[in-house]
Amino acid sequence: MRSVTWFRRPWRLFAEASALLIAVVVAFPLYWMVLSAFKPAGEIESSEPRPWTAAPSLDSFRRVFEQNEFGRYFLNSLVVACSVVIVSALIAFLAATAVTRFRFRFRTTLLIMFLVAQMVPVEALTIPLFFLMRDFGQLNTLGSLILPHIAFSLPFAIWMLRGFVKAVPEALEEAAYIDGASRSRFLWQILFPLVFPGLVATSVFSFISAWNDFLFAKSFIISDTSQSTLPMALLVFYKPDEPDWGGVMAASTVMTIPVLIFFVLVQRRLVSGLGGAVKD
Amino acid sequence: MRVGRGLSRSSPRPYGRSRGRSQKVPWLYLAPALVLLGGLLVYPIYQLGLISFFEYTQAQVSGGEPTTFQGFGNYAELFSDSQFWQVLLATVVFAAACVVSTLAVGCALAVLLTRVRAVPRLALMLAALGAWATPAITGSTVWLFLFDPDFGPLNRLLGLGDYSWTYGRLSAFFLVLLEVVWCSFPFVMVTVYAGIRAVPAEVLEAAALDGASQWRIWRSVLTPMLRPILVVVTIQSVIWDFKVFTQIYVMTNGGGIAGQNLVLNVYAYQKAFASSQYSLGSAIGVVMLLILLAVTLVYLRLLRRQGEEI
Repeated sequence: MRSVTWFRRPWRLFAEASALLIAVVVAFPLYWMVLSAFKPAGEIESSEPRPWTAAPSLDSFRRVFEQNEFGRYFLNSLVVACSVVIVSALIAFLAATAVTRFRFRFRTTLLIMFLVAQMVPVEALTIPLFFLMRDFGQLNTLGSLILPHIAFSLPFAIWMLRGFVKAVPEALEEAAYIDGASRSRFLWQILFPLVFPGLVATSVFSFISAWNDFLFAKSFIISDTSQSTLPMALLVFYKPDEPDWGGVMAASTVMTIPVLIFFVLVQRRLVSGLGGAVKD
Repeated sequence: MRVGRGLSRSSPRPYGRSRGRSQKVPWLYLAPALVLLGGLLVYPIYQLGLISFFEYTQAQVSGGEPTTFQGFGNYAELFSDSQFWQVLLATVVFAAACVVSTLAVGCALAVLLTRVRAVPRLALMLAALGAWATPAITGSTVWLFLFDPDFGPLNRLLGLGDYSWTYGRLSAFFLVLLEVVWCSFPFVMVTVYAGIRAVPAEVLEAAALDGASQWRIWRSVLTPMLRPILVVVTIQSVIWDFKVFTQIYVMTNGGGIAGQNLVLNVYAYQKAFASSQYSLGSAIGVVMLLILLAVTLVYLRLLRRQGEEI
Protein backbone atom coordinates (compact mmCIF):
# COMPACT_ATOMS: atom_id res chain seq x y z
CA MET A 1 0.00 0.00 0.00
CA ARG A 2 1.23 3.40 -0.89
CA SER A 3 0.73 4.97 2.52
CA VAL A 4 3.13 2.46 4.03
CA THR A 5 5.96 4.07 2.11
CA TRP A 6 5.61 7.26 4.06
CA PHE A 7 5.79 5.42 7.30
CA ARG A 8 8.82 4.22 9.20
CA ARG A 9 9.24 0.58 9.97
CA PRO A 10 9.17 0.39 13.77
CA TRP A 11 6.12 2.60 13.68
CA ARG A 12 4.41 0.26 11.29
CA LEU A 13 5.02 -2.69 13.60
CA PHE A 14 3.65 -0.66 16.47
CA ALA A 15 0.60 0.27 14.37
CA GLU A 16 0.01 -3.35 13.40
CA ALA A 17 0.29 -4.53 16.99
CA SER A 18 -2.24 -1.90 18.08
CA ALA A 19 -4.57 -2.82 15.23
CA LEU A 20 -4.55 -6.46 16.33
CA LEU A 21 -5.02 -5.52 19.97
CA ILE A 22 -7.93 -3.23 19.13
CA ALA A 23 -9.47 -5.98 16.98
CA VAL A 24 -9.35 -8.29 20.01
CA VAL A 25 -10.95 -5.66 22.25
CA VAL A 26 -13.70 -4.94 19.70
CA ALA A 27 -14.42 -8.62 19.18
CA PHE A 28 -14.32 -9.44 22.90
CA PRO A 29 -18.01 -8.71 23.68
CA LEU A 30 -19.10 -11.03 20.87
CA TYR A 31 -16.64 -13.71 22.00
CA TRP A 32 -17.92 -13.43 25.55
CA MET A 33 -21.52 -13.69 24.36
CA VAL A 34 -20.91 -16.92 22.44
CA LEU A 35 -18.69 -18.30 25.20
CA SER A 36 -21.28 -17.63 27.90
CA ALA A 37 -23.98 -19.21 25.78
CA PHE A 38 -21.99 -22.46 25.83
CA LYS A 39 -20.92 -22.33 29.48
CA PRO A 40 -22.71 -24.59 31.95
CA ALA A 41 -24.83 -22.71 34.49
CA GLY A 42 -22.31 -23.14 37.30
CA GLU A 43 -19.56 -21.42 35.35
CA ILE A 44 -21.71 -18.44 34.36
CA GLU A 45 -22.83 -17.70 37.88
CA SER A 46 -19.32 -17.76 39.21
CA SER A 47 -17.55 -14.85 40.80
CA GLU A 48 -14.33 -15.91 39.06
CA PRO A 49 -15.32 -15.78 35.39
CA ARG A 50 -12.79 -17.43 33.09
CA PRO A 51 -12.32 -16.62 29.41
CA TRP A 52 -12.70 -20.27 28.40
CA THR A 53 -14.88 -23.19 29.34
CA ALA A 54 -13.82 -26.70 30.19
CA ALA A 55 -17.23 -28.26 29.70
CA PRO A 56 -19.22 -26.63 26.88
CA SER A 57 -22.90 -27.40 27.15
CA LEU A 58 -26.04 -26.76 25.15
CA ASP A 59 -28.22 -26.30 28.24
CA SER A 60 -28.78 -22.60 27.69
CA PHE A 61 -29.77 -23.11 24.05
CA ARG A 62 -32.10 -25.91 25.10
CA ARG A 63 -33.73 -23.59 27.64
CA VAL A 64 -34.12 -20.92 24.98
CA PHE A 65 -35.75 -23.19 22.43
CA GLU A 66 -38.01 -24.79 25.01
CA GLN A 67 -39.30 -21.41 26.07
CA ASN A 68 -42.77 -20.95 24.61
CA GLU A 69 -42.48 -20.73 20.87
CA PHE A 70 -39.00 -19.28 20.55
CA GLY A 71 -38.77 -20.89 17.11
CA ARG A 72 -41.90 -19.10 16.13
CA TYR A 73 -40.49 -15.74 17.22
CA PHE A 74 -37.39 -16.48 15.20
CA LEU A 75 -39.53 -17.23 12.17
CA ASN A 76 -41.58 -14.06 12.72
CA SER A 77 -38.41 -11.99 12.81
CA LEU A 78 -37.20 -13.67 9.65
CA VAL A 79 -40.52 -13.06 7.86
CA VAL A 80 -40.50 -9.39 8.85
CA ALA A 81 -36.88 -8.79 7.86
CA CYS A 82 -37.09 -10.67 4.56
CA SER A 83 -40.35 -9.02 3.47
CA VAL A 84 -38.89 -5.62 4.26
CA VAL A 85 -35.68 -6.34 2.37
CA ILE A 86 -37.38 -7.66 -0.77
CA VAL A 87 -40.26 -5.21 -1.03
CA SER A 88 -38.22 -2.12 -0.18
CA ALA A 89 -35.47 -3.13 -2.62
CA LEU A 90 -37.97 -3.44 -5.47
CA ILE A 91 -39.75 -0.19 -4.68
CA ALA A 92 -36.50 1.69 -4.14
CA PHE A 93 -35.12 0.34 -7.41
CA LEU A 94 -38.10 1.72 -9.33
CA ALA A 95 -37.91 5.07 -7.57
CA ALA A 96 -34.15 5.37 -8.01
CA THR A 97 -34.56 4.65 -11.72
CA ALA A 98 -37.17 7.39 -11.96
CA VAL A 99 -34.99 10.04 -10.33
CA THR A 100 -31.78 9.16 -12.18
CA ARG A 101 -32.98 8.22 -15.65
CA PHE A 102 -35.69 10.79 -16.18
CA ARG A 103 -35.91 14.51 -16.02
CA PHE A 104 -39.24 15.80 -14.80
CA ARG A 105 -40.73 18.62 -12.80
CA PHE A 106 -40.21 18.51 -9.03
CA ARG A 107 -37.36 16.04 -9.42
CA THR A 108 -34.95 18.09 -7.32
CA THR A 109 -37.66 18.85 -4.77
CA LEU A 110 -38.35 15.13 -4.45
CA LEU A 111 -34.68 14.35 -3.94
CA ILE A 112 -34.38 16.93 -1.19
CA MET A 113 -37.49 15.49 0.41
CA PHE A 114 -35.99 12.00 0.35
CA LEU A 115 -32.92 13.46 2.03
CA VAL A 116 -34.97 15.21 4.71
CA ALA A 117 -37.09 12.09 5.22
CA GLN A 118 -33.98 10.20 6.28
CA MET A 119 -33.54 12.60 9.16
CA VAL A 120 -37.01 12.10 10.62
CA PRO A 121 -36.75 10.37 13.99
CA VAL A 122 -39.10 7.51 13.20
CA GLU A 123 -39.25 6.59 16.87
CA ALA A 124 -41.13 9.83 17.46
CA LEU A 125 -43.83 8.53 15.10
CA THR A 126 -44.59 5.50 17.26
CA ILE A 127 -47.62 7.19 18.79
CA PRO A 128 -49.45 8.20 15.57
CA LEU A 129 -48.43 4.90 13.94
CA PHE A 130 -49.90 3.05 16.89
CA PHE A 131 -53.27 4.73 16.28
CA LEU A 132 -52.97 4.24 12.52
CA MET A 133 -52.36 0.51 12.99
CA ARG A 134 -55.21 0.31 15.45
CA ASP A 135 -57.62 2.00 13.04
CA PHE A 136 -56.66 -0.39 10.28
CA GLY A 137 -56.88 -3.40 12.58
CA GLN A 138 -53.20 -4.12 12.11
CA LEU A 139 -52.17 -4.15 15.77
CA ASN A 140 -50.74 -7.49 16.82
CA THR A 141 -49.95 -8.46 13.25
CA LEU A 142 -46.60 -8.74 11.54
CA GLY A 143 -47.90 -6.24 8.96
CA SER A 144 -47.71 -3.52 11.60
CA LEU A 145 -43.95 -4.11 11.72
CA ILE A 146 -43.36 -4.76 8.01
CA LEU A 147 -45.14 -1.72 6.57
CA PRO A 148 -43.45 1.03 8.61
CA HIS A 149 -40.03 -0.53 8.14
CA ILE A 150 -40.48 -0.68 4.38
CA ALA A 151 -41.49 2.96 4.32
CA PHE A 152 -38.67 4.12 6.59
CA SER A 153 -35.97 2.24 4.73
CA LEU A 154 -37.00 3.72 1.37
CA PRO A 155 -35.47 7.23 1.46
CA PHE A 156 -32.00 5.95 2.30
CA ALA A 157 -32.23 3.04 -0.14
CA ILE A 158 -33.27 5.38 -2.95
CA TRP A 159 -30.36 7.71 -2.19
CA MET A 160 -27.86 4.91 -2.14
CA LEU A 161 -29.20 3.21 -5.27
CA ARG A 162 -29.08 6.40 -7.32
CA GLY A 163 -25.36 6.00 -7.79
CA PHE A 164 -25.63 2.39 -8.85
CA VAL A 165 -28.35 3.14 -11.40
CA LYS A 166 -26.40 6.08 -12.74
CA ALA A 167 -23.31 3.93 -13.19
CA VAL A 168 -25.08 1.90 -15.89
CA PRO A 169 -24.04 3.50 -19.19
CA GLU A 170 -26.74 5.38 -21.04
CA ALA A 171 -25.56 3.89 -24.32
CA LEU A 172 -26.75 0.52 -23.06
CA GLU A 173 -30.26 1.83 -22.69
CA GLU A 174 -30.25 3.38 -26.15
CA ALA A 175 -28.88 0.18 -27.65
CA ALA A 176 -31.62 -1.84 -25.95
CA TYR A 177 -34.33 0.38 -27.37
CA ILE A 178 -32.79 0.29 -30.83
CA ASP A 179 -32.85 -3.49 -30.60
CA GLY A 180 -36.54 -3.20 -29.93
CA ALA A 181 -36.65 -3.90 -26.19
CA SER A 182 -39.66 -2.50 -24.39
CA ARG A 183 -39.23 -0.20 -21.42
CA SER A 184 -40.19 -2.86 -18.89
CA ARG A 185 -37.95 -5.40 -20.56
CA PHE A 186 -35.02 -3.02 -20.28
CA LEU A 187 -35.94 -2.27 -16.68
CA TRP A 188 -36.16 -5.84 -15.39
CA GLN A 189 -33.89 -7.82 -17.70
CA ILE A 190 -31.04 -5.39 -18.24
CA LEU A 191 -31.01 -2.66 -15.60
CA PHE A 192 -32.11 -4.79 -12.64
CA PRO A 193 -29.35 -7.43 -12.90
CA LEU A 194 -26.75 -4.70 -13.34
CA VAL A 195 -27.91 -2.81 -10.27
CA PHE A 196 -28.33 -5.97 -8.20
CA PRO A 197 -24.99 -5.67 -6.32
CA GLY A 198 -26.07 -2.22 -5.23
CA LEU A 199 -29.42 -3.60 -4.09
CA VAL A 200 -27.60 -6.14 -1.93
CA ALA A 201 -25.41 -3.49 -0.31
CA THR A 202 -28.47 -1.35 0.35
CA SER A 203 -30.48 -4.22 1.73
CA VAL A 204 -28.04 -4.66 4.62
CA PHE A 205 -29.40 -1.50 6.15
CA SER A 206 -33.06 -2.35 5.74
CA PHE A 207 -32.43 -5.88 7.02
CA ILE A 208 -30.71 -4.59 10.12
CA SER A 209 -33.30 -1.97 10.91
CA ALA A 210 -36.11 -4.52 10.58
CA TRP A 211 -34.33 -7.37 12.37
CA ASN A 212 -33.19 -5.18 15.25
CA ASP A 213 -36.43 -3.35 15.72
CA PHE A 214 -37.43 -3.26 19.34
CA LEU A 215 -39.58 -0.16 19.76
CA PHE A 216 -42.26 -1.00 17.18
CA ALA A 217 -42.39 -4.64 18.25
CA LYS A 218 -42.81 -3.53 21.83
CA SER A 219 -45.49 -0.96 20.99
CA PHE A 220 -47.56 -2.67 18.29
CA ILE A 221 -47.50 -6.32 19.36
CA ILE A 222 -49.22 -5.83 22.66
CA SER A 223 -51.44 -8.78 23.39
CA ASP A 224 -50.94 -11.51 20.80
CA THR A 225 -47.56 -12.97 21.74
CA SER A 226 -47.67 -15.45 18.86
CA GLN A 227 -46.79 -12.46 16.67
CA SER A 228 -43.83 -11.41 18.79
CA THR A 229 -40.38 -11.08 17.33
CA LEU A 230 -37.00 -12.06 18.75
CA PRO A 231 -36.20 -8.94 20.80
CA MET A 232 -39.26 -9.57 22.96
CA ALA A 233 -38.35 -13.23 23.39
CA LEU A 234 -34.90 -12.23 24.52
CA LEU A 235 -36.30 -9.98 27.22
CA VAL A 236 -38.15 -12.94 28.72
CA PHE A 237 -34.80 -14.16 30.01
CA TYR A 238 -33.70 -10.75 31.06
CA LYS A 239 -35.41 -9.89 34.30
CA PRO A 240 -33.56 -6.95 35.80
CA ASP A 241 -33.50 -8.39 39.30
CA GLU A 242 -32.47 -11.90 38.46
CA PRO A 243 -31.46 -12.30 34.85
CA ASP A 244 -30.86 -15.77 33.45
CA TRP A 245 -27.55 -14.76 31.84
CA GLY A 246 -27.02 -18.13 30.17
CA GLY A 247 -30.41 -17.86 28.49
CA VAL A 248 -29.92 -14.22 27.56
CA MET A 249 -26.54 -14.94 26.00
CA ALA A 250 -27.82 -17.99 24.11
CA ALA A 251 -30.83 -16.05 22.78
CA SER A 252 -28.55 -13.14 21.89
CA THR A 253 -26.26 -15.50 20.01
CA VAL A 254 -29.18 -16.94 18.07
CA MET A 255 -30.36 -13.44 17.25
CA THR A 256 -26.95 -12.13 16.21
CA ILE A 257 -25.91 -15.03 13.98
CA PRO A 258 -28.28 -14.37 11.03
CA VAL A 259 -27.11 -10.76 10.86
CA LEU A 260 -23.47 -11.85 11.04
CA ILE A 261 -24.02 -14.33 8.23
CA PHE A 262 -25.73 -11.67 6.16
CA PHE A 263 -22.86 -9.26 6.80
CA VAL A 264 -20.17 -11.77 5.92
CA LEU A 265 -22.02 -12.64 2.70
CA VAL A 266 -22.34 -9.06 1.52
CA GLN A 267 -19.20 -7.76 3.22
CA ARG A 268 -17.20 -7.19 0.06
CA ARG A 269 -20.11 -5.54 -1.70
CA LEU A 270 -20.85 -3.43 1.32
CA VAL A 271 -17.34 -2.02 1.56
CA SER A 272 -17.10 -1.48 -2.19
CA GLY A 273 -20.60 -0.01 -2.16
CA LEU A 274 -19.55 2.46 0.51
CA GLY A 275 -16.32 3.07 -1.37
CA GLY A 276 -18.30 3.82 -4.51
CA ALA A 277 -20.68 5.89 -2.46
CA VAL A 278 -17.97 8.22 -1.29
CA LYS A 279 -15.87 8.37 -4.45
CA ASP A 280 -18.49 9.59 -6.88
CA MET B 1 -28.23 10.31 4.13
CA ARG B 2 -26.38 7.54 5.79
CA VAL B 3 -23.80 7.21 3.08
CA GLY B 4 -23.93 10.01 0.62
CA ARG B 5 -23.30 8.87 -2.82
CA GLY B 6 -22.15 12.45 -3.11
CA LEU B 7 -24.61 14.75 -4.66
CA SER B 8 -24.27 14.11 -8.29
CA ARG B 9 -22.92 16.70 -10.61
CA SER B 10 -24.13 15.37 -13.92
CA SER B 11 -27.75 15.84 -14.68
CA PRO B 12 -29.76 12.99 -16.14
CA ARG B 13 -30.79 13.26 -19.72
CA PRO B 14 -34.32 12.71 -20.85
CA TYR B 15 -34.80 9.29 -22.36
CA GLY B 16 -38.18 8.20 -23.52
CA ARG B 17 -39.07 7.92 -27.13
CA SER B 18 -41.87 10.42 -26.84
CA ARG B 19 -41.80 13.42 -24.56
CA GLY B 20 -45.34 13.09 -23.34
CA ARG B 21 -44.82 9.52 -22.23
CA SER B 22 -41.58 10.10 -20.43
CA GLN B 23 -43.29 12.71 -18.28
CA LYS B 24 -45.65 10.09 -16.94
CA VAL B 25 -43.34 7.10 -16.62
CA PRO B 26 -41.16 8.45 -13.79
CA TRP B 27 -44.24 9.14 -11.67
CA LEU B 28 -45.42 5.62 -12.35
CA TYR B 29 -42.09 4.30 -11.06
CA LEU B 30 -42.25 6.60 -8.07
CA ALA B 31 -45.85 5.82 -7.18
CA PRO B 32 -45.31 2.88 -4.78
CA ALA B 33 -42.59 4.73 -2.89
CA LEU B 34 -44.63 7.91 -2.65
CA VAL B 35 -47.78 6.11 -1.51
CA LEU B 36 -45.92 4.30 1.27
CA LEU B 37 -44.02 7.37 2.39
CA GLY B 38 -47.17 9.48 2.28
CA GLY B 39 -49.18 7.03 4.33
CA LEU B 40 -46.56 5.93 6.83
CA LEU B 41 -44.30 8.92 7.16
CA VAL B 42 -45.97 12.17 6.12
CA TYR B 43 -49.42 11.39 7.49
CA PRO B 44 -48.10 10.19 10.89
CA ILE B 45 -46.03 13.38 11.19
CA TYR B 46 -49.20 15.38 10.62
CA GLN B 47 -51.02 13.22 13.18
CA LEU B 48 -48.21 13.61 15.67
CA GLY B 49 -48.55 17.37 15.45
CA LEU B 50 -52.33 17.12 15.71
CA ILE B 51 -52.35 14.88 18.80
CA SER B 52 -49.92 17.21 20.54
CA PHE B 53 -52.56 19.96 20.42
CA PHE B 54 -55.36 17.85 21.87
CA GLU B 55 -56.10 16.29 25.18
CA TYR B 56 -55.49 12.64 24.46
CA THR B 57 -55.27 10.13 27.29
CA GLN B 58 -56.66 6.68 28.03
CA ALA B 59 -60.17 8.10 28.33
CA GLN B 60 -60.11 9.55 24.82
CA VAL B 61 -58.46 6.49 23.32
CA SER B 62 -61.18 4.19 24.58
CA GLY B 63 -63.81 6.69 23.44
CA GLY B 64 -65.08 7.44 26.94
CA GLU B 65 -64.47 11.15 26.65
CA PRO B 66 -64.42 13.48 23.69
CA THR B 67 -61.08 14.85 22.56
CA THR B 68 -60.72 18.50 23.39
CA PHE B 69 -58.54 21.06 21.73
CA GLN B 70 -55.82 22.27 24.04
CA GLY B 71 -53.95 24.75 21.92
CA PHE B 72 -50.45 24.97 23.30
CA GLY B 73 -51.65 23.59 26.65
CA ASN B 74 -49.65 20.37 26.34
CA TYR B 75 -46.53 22.29 25.45
CA ALA B 76 -47.06 24.68 28.33
CA GLU B 77 -47.40 21.71 30.68
CA LEU B 78 -44.28 20.11 29.22
CA PHE B 79 -42.16 23.24 29.38
CA SER B 80 -43.14 23.97 32.96
CA ASP B 81 -42.05 20.47 34.00
CA SER B 82 -38.50 20.61 35.31
CA GLN B 83 -38.01 16.93 34.42
CA PHE B 84 -38.46 17.76 30.73
CA TRP B 85 -35.61 20.27 30.79
CA GLN B 86 -33.44 17.86 32.72
CA VAL B 87 -34.12 15.11 30.14
CA LEU B 88 -33.53 17.50 27.24
CA LEU B 89 -30.19 18.56 28.70
CA ALA B 90 -29.20 14.95 29.35
CA THR B 91 -30.14 14.00 25.77
CA VAL B 92 -28.07 16.79 24.24
CA VAL B 93 -25.02 16.17 26.43
CA PHE B 94 -25.23 12.39 26.02
CA ALA B 95 -25.66 12.60 22.23
CA ALA B 96 -22.77 15.07 21.97
CA ALA B 97 -20.51 12.79 24.01
CA CYS B 98 -21.48 9.80 21.84
CA VAL B 99 -20.91 11.69 18.58
CA VAL B 100 -17.51 13.03 19.63
CA SER B 101 -16.32 9.64 20.91
CA THR B 102 -17.64 7.74 17.89
CA LEU B 103 -16.02 10.13 15.42
CA ALA B 104 -12.73 10.20 17.31
CA VAL B 105 -12.51 6.40 17.53
CA GLY B 106 -13.79 5.84 13.98
CA CYS B 107 -11.44 8.35 12.32
CA ALA B 108 -8.41 7.28 14.35
CA LEU B 109 -8.96 3.64 13.41
CA ALA B 110 -9.57 4.55 9.76
CA VAL B 111 -6.15 6.21 9.70
CA LEU B 112 -4.66 3.21 11.47
CA LEU B 113 -6.14 0.94 8.80
CA THR B 114 -4.24 2.80 6.08
CA ARG B 115 -0.96 2.23 7.92
CA VAL B 116 -1.01 -1.53 8.38
CA ARG B 117 -0.63 -4.54 6.12
CA ALA B 118 -3.43 -6.86 5.03
CA VAL B 119 -3.68 -9.26 8.00
CA PRO B 120 -4.10 -6.76 10.84
CA ARG B 121 -6.33 -4.71 8.58
CA LEU B 122 -8.59 -7.67 7.88
CA ALA B 123 -8.69 -8.58 11.58
CA LEU B 124 -9.77 -5.10 12.60
CA MET B 125 -12.21 -4.84 9.72
CA LEU B 126 -13.89 -8.15 10.61
CA ALA B 127 -14.09 -7.32 14.32
CA ALA B 128 -15.66 -3.97 13.43
CA LEU B 129 -18.14 -5.59 11.05
CA GLY B 130 -19.11 -7.95 13.87
CA ALA B 131 -19.78 -5.05 16.21
CA TRP B 132 -21.68 -3.24 13.46
CA ALA B 133 -23.85 -6.26 12.72
CA THR B 134 -24.76 -6.88 16.35
CA PRO B 135 -28.39 -5.89 16.97
CA ALA B 136 -28.75 -3.03 19.44
CA ILE B 137 -30.69 -5.18 21.86
CA THR B 138 -28.19 -8.04 22.01
CA GLY B 139 -25.34 -5.53 22.19
CA SER B 140 -27.04 -3.97 25.19
CA THR B 141 -27.52 -7.23 27.05
CA VAL B 142 -23.96 -8.37 26.31
CA TRP B 143 -22.42 -5.13 27.58
CA LEU B 144 -24.61 -5.31 30.68
CA PHE B 145 -23.35 -8.81 31.30
CA LEU B 146 -19.71 -7.78 30.76
CA PHE B 147 -20.11 -5.15 33.46
CA ASP B 148 -22.38 -7.19 35.72
CA PRO B 149 -21.43 -6.61 39.37
CA ASP B 150 -21.74 -10.29 40.29
CA PHE B 151 -20.72 -12.34 37.29
CA GLY B 152 -19.18 -9.92 34.80
CA PRO B 153 -15.52 -10.26 33.80
CA LEU B 154 -14.81 -6.54 33.53
CA ASN B 155 -15.25 -5.72 37.21
CA ARG B 156 -12.82 -8.54 38.06
CA LEU B 157 -10.37 -7.27 35.48
CA LEU B 158 -10.59 -3.70 36.76
CA GLY B 159 -10.63 -4.78 40.40
CA LEU B 160 -13.91 -3.01 41.07
CA GLY B 161 -15.47 -5.73 43.22
CA ASP B 162 -19.26 -5.62 43.01
CA TYR B 163 -19.47 -2.01 41.84
CA SER B 164 -22.83 -1.53 40.10
CA TRP B 165 -22.47 0.48 36.90
CA THR B 166 -26.17 1.01 36.43
CA TYR B 167 -26.80 2.41 39.90
CA GLY B 168 -25.19 5.81 39.53
CA ARG B 169 -26.49 8.24 36.93
CA LEU B 170 -23.16 9.07 35.30
CA SER B 171 -21.74 5.56 35.36
CA ALA B 172 -24.94 4.22 33.78
CA PHE B 173 -24.75 6.84 31.02
CA PHE B 174 -21.08 5.98 30.58
CA LEU B 175 -21.84 2.28 30.18
CA VAL B 176 -24.49 3.06 27.54
CA LEU B 177 -22.02 5.38 25.82
CA LEU B 178 -19.47 2.56 25.59
CA GLU B 179 -22.03 0.30 23.94
CA VAL B 180 -23.19 3.01 21.53
CA VAL B 181 -19.62 3.85 20.49
CA TRP B 182 -18.82 0.14 20.10
CA CYS B 183 -21.68 -0.47 17.70
CA SER B 184 -21.51 2.82 15.76
CA PHE B 185 -17.78 3.48 15.23
CA PRO B 186 -17.50 0.78 12.49
CA PHE B 187 -19.71 2.79 10.14
CA VAL B 188 -17.49 5.86 10.59
CA MET B 189 -14.32 3.80 10.29
CA VAL B 190 -15.32 1.99 7.09
CA THR B 191 -16.67 5.12 5.42
CA VAL B 192 -13.69 7.33 6.28
CA TYR B 193 -11.28 4.54 5.33
CA ALA B 194 -12.99 4.19 1.95
CA GLY B 195 -12.72 7.96 1.59
CA ILE B 196 -8.99 8.02 2.33
CA ARG B 197 -8.40 5.20 -0.15
CA ALA B 198 -10.30 7.15 -2.79
CA VAL B 199 -7.85 10.07 -2.62
CA PRO B 200 -5.72 9.72 -5.78
CA ALA B 201 -2.15 8.61 -5.08
CA GLU B 202 -0.80 11.27 -7.43
CA VAL B 203 -2.14 14.02 -5.21
CA LEU B 204 -0.27 12.67 -2.20
CA GLU B 205 2.88 12.07 -4.21
CA ALA B 206 2.77 15.57 -5.61
CA ALA B 207 2.44 16.98 -2.12
CA ALA B 208 5.34 14.83 -0.88
CA LEU B 209 7.50 15.88 -3.84
CA ASP B 210 6.78 19.52 -3.04
CA GLY B 211 8.29 18.81 0.36
CA ALA B 212 5.13 18.82 2.43
CA SER B 213 5.46 17.18 5.84
CA GLN B 214 3.17 14.37 7.04
CA TRP B 215 1.24 16.79 9.19
CA ARG B 216 1.01 19.30 6.39
CA ILE B 217 -0.34 16.66 3.98
CA TRP B 218 -2.99 15.76 6.52
CA ARG B 219 -4.01 19.28 7.25
CA SER B 220 -3.90 20.79 3.79
CA VAL B 221 -4.60 17.90 1.45
CA LEU B 222 -6.50 15.05 3.09
CA THR B 223 -8.75 16.94 5.47
CA PRO B 224 -10.23 19.22 2.78
CA MET B 225 -10.72 16.25 0.46
CA LEU B 226 -12.41 14.25 3.19
CA ARG B 227 -14.63 17.09 4.28
CA PRO B 228 -17.79 15.93 2.47
CA ILE B 229 -17.46 12.48 4.03
CA LEU B 230 -16.79 13.90 7.46
CA VAL B 231 -19.91 16.05 7.16
CA VAL B 232 -21.97 12.97 6.25
CA VAL B 233 -20.72 10.79 9.10
CA THR B 234 -21.03 13.62 11.62
CA ILE B 235 -24.61 14.45 10.72
CA GLN B 236 -25.51 10.78 10.61
CA SER B 237 -24.00 10.20 14.03
CA VAL B 238 -25.82 13.21 15.46
CA ILE B 239 -29.10 11.83 14.18
CA TRP B 240 -28.49 8.28 15.42
CA ASP B 241 -27.19 9.26 18.82
CA PHE B 242 -29.83 11.86 19.45
CA LYS B 243 -32.57 9.27 19.20
CA VAL B 244 -30.99 6.35 21.02
CA PHE B 245 -33.77 4.21 22.43
CA THR B 246 -33.02 0.50 22.73
CA GLN B 247 -29.72 0.85 24.57
CA ILE B 248 -31.10 3.21 27.20
CA TYR B 249 -34.31 1.25 27.56
CA VAL B 250 -32.65 -2.12 28.01
CA MET B 251 -29.45 -1.17 29.84
CA THR B 252 -31.00 1.19 32.36
CA ASN B 253 -34.25 -0.76 32.54
CA GLY B 254 -36.55 1.86 31.06
CA GLY B 255 -34.73 5.03 32.01
CA GLY B 256 -32.80 4.30 35.16
CA ILE B 257 -33.64 4.63 38.83
CA ALA B 258 -36.31 7.34 39.19
CA GLY B 259 -35.84 8.20 35.52
CA GLN B 260 -32.28 9.45 36.03
CA ASN B 261 -31.13 8.06 32.65
CA LEU B 262 -34.06 9.15 30.53
CA VAL B 263 -33.41 10.61 27.10
CA LEU B 264 -36.13 12.28 25.00
CA ASN B 265 -37.03 9.20 23.01
CA VAL B 266 -37.50 6.97 26.05
CA TYR B 267 -39.21 9.81 27.90
CA ALA B 268 -41.77 10.18 25.08
CA TYR B 269 -42.36 6.42 25.07
CA GLN B 270 -42.84 6.27 28.83
CA LYS B 271 -45.22 9.23 28.81
CA ALA B 272 -47.31 7.79 25.98
CA PHE B 273 -47.34 4.05 26.54
CA ALA B 274 -46.61 3.67 30.24
CA SER B 275 -48.73 6.55 31.58
CA SER B 276 -51.16 6.84 28.62
CA GLN B 277 -50.48 10.56 28.19
CA TYR B 278 -50.38 10.33 24.43
CA SER B 279 -50.62 14.07 23.89
CA LEU B 280 -47.61 14.80 26.10
CA GLY B 281 -45.65 12.02 24.40
CA SER B 282 -46.54 13.53 21.02
CA ALA B 283 -45.45 16.99 22.16
CA ILE B 284 -42.06 15.52 23.11
CA GLY B 285 -41.94 13.85 19.69
CA VAL B 286 -42.60 17.19 18.01
CA VAL B 287 -39.76 18.78 20.00
CA MET B 288 -37.41 15.99 18.81
CA LEU B 289 -38.60 16.37 15.25
CA LEU B 290 -37.93 20.12 15.30
CA ILE B 291 -34.46 19.72 16.78
CA LEU B 292 -33.48 17.14 14.14
CA LEU B 293 -35.04 19.28 11.42
CA ALA B 294 -32.74 22.12 12.51
CA VAL B 295 -29.77 19.74 12.27
CA THR B 296 -30.92 18.73 8.77
CA LEU B 297 -31.14 22.35 7.64
CA VAL B 298 -27.59 22.95 8.83
CA TYR B 299 -26.59 19.86 6.87
CA LEU B 300 -28.27 21.05 3.67
CA ARG B 301 -26.56 24.44 4.03
CA LEU B 302 -23.18 22.76 4.46
CA LEU B 303 -23.79 20.70 1.34
CA ARG B 304 -24.77 23.80 -0.57
CA ARG B 305 -21.72 25.67 0.62
CA GLN B 306 -19.60 22.86 -0.77
CA GLY B 307 -21.12 23.85 -4.07
CA GLU B 308 -22.66 20.47 -4.71
CA GLU B 309 -25.70 20.23 -6.84
CA ILE B 310 -28.37 17.64 -6.31
